[in-house]
Amino acid sequence: MFEPTATSLYSPTLIITMAALATYASRALGTYFSGKVARQSALIEWVTCVTYALLAGLVARMILLPIGALSATPDWVRLSAAGAGLAVFIVTRKNVGLGVLAGSLAIIALVEWNGF
Amino acid sequence: MNAPPQPAFATARAALRGGAREAAGVPMMVMGASFIGFGSMIRDLDWTVWNALASTLSTWALPGQIAMAEMAYSGAPLLAVVLAVTFINARLLPLVMSLLPHIRRPGVATWRYYGVAMLIAATSWVGTMRRLPDLDQDQRLHYLTGYGLTLYLSSPIATVIGFYVADQVPGSLTLALVFLNPLYFMLLFLFDLHKPAKVLALLFGAVLGPVLFQITPNWSLVITGLAGGSAAWALGRHAARKKPGQNNV
Repeated sequence: MFEPTATSLYSPTLIITMAALATYASRALGTYFSGKVARQSALIEWVTCVTYALLAGLVARMILLPIGALSATPDWVRLSAAGAGLAVFIVTRKNVGLGVLAGSLAIIALVEWNGF
Repeated sequence: MNAPPQPAFATARAALRGGAREAAGVPMMVMGASFIGFGSMIRDLDWTVWNALASTLSTWALPGQIAMAEMAYSGAPLLAVVLAVTFINARLLPLVMSLLPHIRRPGVATWRYYGVAMLIAATSWVGTMRRLPDLDQDQRLHYLTGYGLTLYLSSPIATVIGFYVADQVPGSLTLALVFLNPLYFMLLFLFDLHKPAKVLALLFGAVLGPVLFQITPNWSLVITGLAGGSAAWALGRHAARKKPGQNNV
């Protein structure tokens, strides 16, 4: 993921502070706007739907088209591991913890056996 | 309707403890694993453990932190880093904006909402949104605080662990740590699927996200959210109009 010879140009403290401020700005604006509308309003229902779609899109993208370390694994490895997690989740009557554990163990096993 | 996992709490204090208890299981482990990954990244960057801690405590939104670290390492201009982080973490705006109306009630000082907003990230949003409607109005702020603070306070510990074990874990474990987050969210989304608008939003998002990513990687999430979410919302309202009295989100 990283080029071993590159170095950062700025002081870490400056960049971390700027990133923190840029992040809190979204939280503060969200807080401000949340005070302007009623909970049952159509606007809030719409924002909730947008959020669900956005997060679902992010999750699907992370599994199907990963960036970073996971991109070195073939599609079938990620899909099998996600499928294993889903199967255990269903069999255990929606136990999220066991599903996550099964999916994680599946990807470790598949990567170790196939040596990616 | 699925029954809530546990009955509503007796007191506000019990809601605070209950939130902390519910966060302390799988959510904390998944979040801890991702912050372990972040700590390892910062070690790769040759930054200090204090830099890693400062970022986790001041930003507490992992995708933006990872982008910051990657871009800083590759020498991107400061402005580009700030814009990227702003854009990536802009997803917090709808998260906060849709969650806080469930929390708000008269007589609570405004600054407390700005404080608790710091504890809203994707994991705490998904984890608390499905519980809040079942709780009494005066317990919700306490519940969210207990849930969010438990996750928030466990993150610096995981960051430090990641920083110091970076070189000692096998590659397959690192992959599993990265894979944990999408897997966890996928299962959480499948946990309750009884509101039509929400099911449609998840479905549209899951299809649009990867497709649009191949066309416009930088804008795909925003377009996915706006287009998929709006369509789901409109169809959900249409369905609710046929069945009056049902809240569609």
